[in-house]
Formats: sequence, C-alpha cells, structure tokens
Amino acid sequence: MLNTLPLLQMQGIEKSFPGVRALSGVNLTLQRGEVLALMGENGAGKSTLIKTLAGAHQPDAGTITIDGKVVSLSSPTAAIEAGIGVIYQEFNLIPELNAWENIFLGREQSGFFVARTQERKRAAELFGQLGLEMPLDVPCRQLSIAQQQLVEIAKALSQDVGILVMDEPSAALTPQEVERLFAIIRDLQARGIGVIYISHRLDEIFEIADTIVVLRDGQYVGEASARDMTREQMIEMMVGRSIEDEFPKQAAQQGDFRLEVLGFSRGNAVRDVSFNLRSGEVLGITGLVGAGRTELARLIFGADARDGGTLLLDGKPLNVRSPQDAIFAGICLLTEDRKSQGLVLCRSVRENFGLPNLKQFSVCGAIREQRERQLFGEYVDSLTIRIPHQDQLAGHLSGGNQQKVVLAKWLQQNAKVLIFDEPTRGIDVGAKHEIYQLMNRLAAGGTSIIMISSELPEVLGMSDRILVMHEGRLKGEITDVKSATQEQIMEIAIG
Amino acid sequence: MKPATSKTQQWTAFTNDYGMVLVLLVLVIAFSLLTLEQMDSTGADAGREVARLIADQYGDSAVVVVVTGQKDGDEEFAAAAVAELQQANVTAVSSISGSPPQAKKTVAAAVARHGRIDAIAATGDSAKWTVFDRVAGVGGEKCVSVEPRKWPKFAKAENILNVANQTAVYAIVAIGMTLVIITAGIDLSVGSLIALSAVTTATVIQMSGGGNAGTAAIVVSCVAGLLAAAAAGFFSGTMITAFRVPPFIVTLAVMLMARGLARRITDEESISDLPQQFRNIAGSTEWSVLGFEFGIPNPVILMIVLYIIAHLLMSKTIFGRYVYAVGGNAEAARLSGVGVKKITLIVYTLCGALAGLGGILQASKLSGDPKLGVMFELDVIAAVVVGGTSLMGGQGRIFGTLIGALIIAVIKNGMNLMKIGSPDQQIVLGAVVLIAVLIDTLKRRGAGS
Repeated sequence: MLNTLPLLQMQGIEKSFPGVRALSGVNLTLQRGEVLALMGENGAGKSTLIKTLAGAHQPDAGTITIDGKVVSLSSPTAAIEAGIGVIYQEFNLIPELNAWENIFLGREQSGFFVARTQERKRAAELFGQLGLEMPLDVPCRQLSIAQQQLVEIAKALSQDVGILVMDEPSAALTPQEVERLFAIIRDLQARGIGVIYISHRLDEIFEIADTIVVLRDGQYVGEASARDMTREQMIEMMVGRSIEDEFPKQAAQQGDFRLEVLGFSRGNAVRDVSFNLRSGEVLGITGLVGAGRTELARLIFGADARDGGTLLLDGKPLNVRSPQDAIFAGICLLTEDRKSQGLVLCRSVRENFGLPNLKQFSVCGAIREQRERQLFGEYVDSLTIRIPHQDQLAGHLSGGNQQKVVLAKWLQQNAKVLIFDEPTRGIDVGAKHEIYQLMNRLAAGGTSIIMISSELPEVLGMSDRILVMHEGRLKGEITDVKSATQEQIMEIAIG
Repeated sequence: MKPATSKTQQWTAFTNDYGMVLVLLVLVIAFSLLTLEQMDSTGADAGREVARLIADQYGDSAVVVVVTGQKDGDEEFAAAAVAELQQANVTAVSSISGSPPQAKKTVAAAVARHGRIDAIAATGDSAKWTVFDRVAGVGGEKCVSVEPRKWPKFAKAENILNVANQTAVYAIVAIGMTLVIITAGIDLSVGSLIALSAVTTATVIQMSGGGNAGTAAIVVSCVAGLLAAAAAGFFSGTMITAFRVPPFIVTLAVMLMARGLARRITDEESISDLPQQFRNIAGSTEWSVLGFEFGIPNPVILMIVLYIIAHLLMSKTIFGRYVYAVGGNAEAARLSGVGVKKITLIVYTLCGALAGLGGILQASKLSGDPKLGVMFELDVIAAVVVGGTSLMGGQGRIFGTLIGALIIAVIKNGMNLMKIGSPDQQIVLGAVVLIAVLIDTLKRRGAGS
C-alpha cells in the first residue's frame, strides 16, 4: 500500500458535560486493517469517545483526522459520509422491517418497485460476501440477537465504511456466535477496514485485537500491542492498581440442604428440572443463551407461574406464587437486566435500595427516612458505590454502580438463597472483583448462592458445583470444578 | 470525573422544586399590575366599602344616613351601601341622593326619629358638604368616606378568596389524578364521577325529605355519593389490573357509563331542593358540626387539609413509595416484592373517591345536576401536568399539582377581570399546558445527556 498515513487519528480530544469532565486529552490512532481494542472501566469515557466519532457529540477541543485530512463530524450524517460506522450495544434496527429494509433505511433509491428488487439483491450480495445465510424477508424482531448484529454489520458495510466501531458486540452472543463474529472481523480486517472494538471480556481482546488503548477517568492511560501485553498489565492499567487474582474463590463450609427444587417445568423453557443447594454453597448454572437458566430462576423466585414442580426450603414445602412470597421466605433474585427489571431508573438510588426493605424501617407504614439513609450509607461505604449523594437518580449511574445498588437492596434482606443472574455482565474488572469477594463473604456467612452466568471462566472460577442446561433441561453436573475445563462445559451445553 | 459544581446543582434543584411557584408569583404580580385601576370614592365598590367600615365600627344598632350627590356613580354608591348595611343587619338606614339642602332635610329627619345619628355614609364629594354642621347633634366629622386611590382589582381579598374557592374542587379531584398519573395511568372518568356522586347524594337526600332532611340523612347521602364514585374507581382499577385493559380505554368507557347512569338516576332532571345544612358544606365558612369558624370557605379548608395528608402519604409512607415505583418501572417494582396490582387498584379507587368528594361539593354549591363536571377531567389533567407530574409516570409532586391548579385558576380569573373573552382564554390555557409539557420534556432531555 502506498498510503502510509494512518486511517484515523484523534488527538487531544476534550469533552465536558455540565459538571463532568468526560474526556481530557485523549489520543487514538487507527491504521488500515487494524483491530484496536478500546479498554477501560465503566465511566472511563469510552462511550463518549465513540459518540464524538459517531458525530453524536462535538468535542470541546482536539482534532479528528481521517486519511490525513482534518474532518468535522458535526452530525451523525457527517460521520457516515466520512466513512465511520458505529454498532451500538442497543441496536438501531426497526423491529417491524426486514433485514434489507433496515440496511437501506433512509437511503432508499427512487422508483419504488425497481429499487426494492435491487436493494434486496444488494443485501443478499453483502451477506454472501460475509459468507452468511440470512433470512432476508422476515421482520428483524424475529431474528436472533446474533443475526440482528450481522444486519447492523451489513448495514455499515453497505455504507462503504472505512472505520467500524463495535460497542460490546459479544455481550449477548454465545461462544460459537462470538467465533463467527471474529471470523467476520478478520475478513473486514483483510479488506483494509479499521475496527475499534470495545468489550469487557478480556479473553476476546487478546484473541482479536492488534492494539490495546486504555482509558481511565476520561484520560488516555496508554497503549500497547496486544502481543506484548499481559492480562495482568492490562487490568492494572484499567483499574490503576494491580488485581492479583481475577477469581478470588474461597470455598465456604457447606451445611444442610437449603433449597430443593423438584421437577420444575414451564412450557418448553424449563423441563423437569430438579436439583438441590446447600447452605454456604455457590452453585453455578450455565448453558447457551436460551437454555432456560433465567426462566428457571424466575420460577424459583415466583416471577412466573410454573406448570409443575415442588420447592422445599430448609426441608419444608414452600408455596411461592409471587416475588413477594419468595422475598418473604428469604429467596432473592438479582435479575440479569438491571435497567428494565432491577431498578426504577427515574427514582433515587436510596428509594431503589429501600423498595423491598421498607417494612424493616417503618412504623405503621410511615418510613423512618433517617434510618434508611443510615443503612444505605453503610452499603455505599462497604460496596464503594460511587454516588454524589443518596438522592441521585438510579438512571444516572454507570453499570457497575447500578449493579451495586441492586446488590445493596438485596443484601439488606439477609436472604437465605440469593440468585445472581449474570451478576457481572457489562461491569468493569474492578467492580467484578468486588462482587466475587462479596459472594465469598456471603457464602461464608451461610447464604446459598445460585450464580447464573454465560462467562465460563467466571463459572469455573467461582462455583463449588456447576449445572449445565440445554433446551430447558439439566444436561449435566460438574462436581469436581477444579479440574473441569471450558471445553468440557461447552460439550454438555451444546447437547 | 469531577463532581458537578454545587452552584448549578443547587440552581437546578431550586428550579425543580420552586419553578412553578415562581411562575405563580409572577402571574399574580402581573395580573395585579394589569388590573390596577382607579378606585373612586363613589360607585358601588366604594359604597360597599364605606358600609362595611360603618357596620364594623358601630354594630347593627347604628343609625346611618347615606348621602350622595347626583353625579355619575352616586346612585350606585347609595344603593350598594344600603344593601350592604342591610346585610349587616343595620336597620336604621335612610338614604338621599340629591342636593345639600335635601340632604340636610333627610339627616334632620333621621335625628328626629332616632334621637341621634352615628354615621353619614358619604362619597368623596358629599363628605365635603357643610350643611351637616347646621343640624343639631350632627357635624361634618360624622361623615365616613373613602379616599380615591389605585388598587388592583385582582389583589382584592374577596377576589383572592374567590379564586381559592373556585380552585378547591379542581384541586381536590386533581390529588387523585396525580396519583393515577404517577402510576403512569390516566383517569378520564373523574368528570362523570362528579356528576354520579352529586346525583346520588342529591337523590338520597330527596328520598329522605328533600329540603327538610336532617343531619343524619345528609351524612348518609354524602357517604352514598362517595361510595358510588369510589366503586366506579374500583371497577376501573379491576379492569386495568386483572384484564390489562389500557387505563385510557377503561376510564373512557367508565366516563360514558357513569355519565349515562347519572342522567338515568334523575331522569335528566337537576335536583335543587336541598336542605340549607347541605348547602352550607360548600357554601359557608363555618364547620357547623365541629363548631369552628375560620372565615375561609369550607372547600378551601378541605383542600388544604387534603393536600397536607396527600403530601405526607406520598412522601413519607410505604404506600407513596410503592406508587412511585409502580409508575417508574412496574416490573422492577413487582420483582422487588411490591404488590403492583394492589397498589394500582387502591390508586384508582382513591381517585374515584376524591372525584366523589368533588361531586358532593359541586352538588352543595349548585345542585344535583347530571350535567355537572363535563370536561372537568381535562382541566384536572391540565392542573396535574402544569404542576410538573410526568405523564410517563414515576415522577411528580402533590404540591406541584396544587400550584398547577392555582396557576390555571389565576390565569382564568385574571383574564376574566381583564374582560378577555372565553375563546381567547381557551387559546391561552391550551398554550400554558403545552409550555408546561415542553419544559418537562426539555428538563428530561437535559438530565438524560
């Protein structure tokens, strides 16, 4: 290649929001055909940086250069014209339109019928180039998350992008789907497209990235080639201190059977599942997305009605018909989706903390707010929740801090059984570590923990025992966790 | 990230909490200035004021002569003064609108009849007449008059009290609507429930003797009216929670059904043969049963008490927290152990009951008319929205609604005083609602980024 100028250069990017310095002096250089991993904890400024690149935010200072020319990305349209495609965590597809209608949305060619045929043909070509089978004519809401993502990628390619930004593309994908995504990224790389890749899964970064750029607190910390960097070094750069052990598992003393689940069923989602759980035990439940793990948790918690099955708590049958019943009996569920199920985003963090616990600090229905503040304050300290004050709206927090608020709210229940559904999804390394340590402490105190997770290293690293689900059924159990491998689990999970 | 500067934060918090209060104050000041007008020493207003001064000073045994000339406003002055004095039970009143000699004759006649004279109610002009000095036992110093001065019509005590009284029923019904809207719902049926309650109450009174009904019968009939409306609210709540019919549709249906029911109960007639005791509920300033007398119309006192209770309920109790949580995120609330259906049901029932209370007050003020409360729901929703409660649910304040109701009432009253016609008033009120929602949306966007 004759052109040796870097594809993209961002220099001294600064951006402030009222009261917050989101970016100060961030530099980034992306070459043609390079995969650059943008790393940092939640709130480090990754999203803001991407939004300046997407034309959604205007930087206060700094220059953006593409192919040696300084560009002004004054709007999302300007960014697309400059050849920048961004695939956000939340997709921008219209659920009722099909794949190719979404791809050409807003760029329809005139001449209604002719253009439609051409568009469909062009879309088929795009997927062909990617080596993919894609149902072209079904509405996007019927596609799987992985397929929707591929539609987004095809959409970006159809716009002749030179730079493709992917924000947490693997968060909702199964391991095989991630492999296929990587194959596509390598293909894009071969075509000379520069990719900026954001993920919290460190394994992936080392597999796919050429260069790693680390941000912390809105500042550029440094960059290195992925080959020259170790996992520990990267974590240290992100967190600002070293974390010795990624999974600080301490096995707790196990007691009697705490929870016994017998023959739980609900339609095809959960089929005849039976297992038990001792006090002080951490039980990992894993499987592919859609294997019925979350559905099982919701049945135990009474969030959905079950078709059949019996639940025993401490040897006694328990009739759980609603979350209210479950909480009263001492079973709590930290849902997988914090924003839609875990928190009331438009209310304060303190109110969210109080929601299941109000009866503990109220007299005849009147809340003793001081007591509530005091109790929540203790969790703010012990869980290091970063909030300016207790009346901060829950929606204004970063993912990790939101998860900690949810944790605080359930910890106050002193539950006998705590079900964590994807407890570390979208959470940065530092906060993950704190959550693992918390699990240790809870187990040591006799709490039984069910940990549902798709991240196999986490399941292997933190569980005393592992259950693997497949298509609604319990497919296997691993008791000797120390000598188990990811491959062993995957083999069971695939069925 | 650095924390936001405390100054901006304080300012945002301040405008969030008190922005609407500021708007209300600005409106009050603006209307006071716009309705500033010359208060003459003659004319009906001056006559009433002079009469009140005299009645307050000398009591009902006063001997009074009203004396005016024959200029513009003088006869109105005399008529108003006489009427006002009679209302204050002052019986020894004579009146003359004419020349000074005629006045002298009338004053002398009054002295001859009663042996004395306490006061002469006079206009600015007639107070300067010297003829009074020539009647034995009377002097110019007996004259009571008012100085001509500028005073805003809007800021008169009776007008302010009038505004508060007109707001009261809207504001009371708006409490229930605020709760409903905080749960991310809507209740279109409140206007019809006012009619249903009013008609039910009036019908039960009629059955127990109409104008002669006793205290017990009145209490029973009020309870019946309240229960009828609360039952309708409970019905709406049941449809919404048990069958998941959207609140808009359910309450639209109930709006039609309740209105039809109200018309059917009275055969489209209005029941106006109601006992004085029932009239006094909304029509007096006295709490006859409790024996208090505040000098403030009863609905206004009721409104203030209910607002304090509702504020405490929503900000200090578990119930209030649950209501906010249900509106903010019903699924998260349910998964936190909140009985979402129970809370929703209670909220709609409460809203119905408060509309029922509004109906009783309207019946007491006017009559048991099935046409009461038409379009009422829209004014109530407007008050809630202007008060800053978000239609998205989960956010809003009780006192915000009170301020919202007052803002709307002040705008209406101010425009009436300025003699702005009803069509223009509607345009302005529509714009006010739109601006309120716009501010809410912009605030939300500002907070989101």
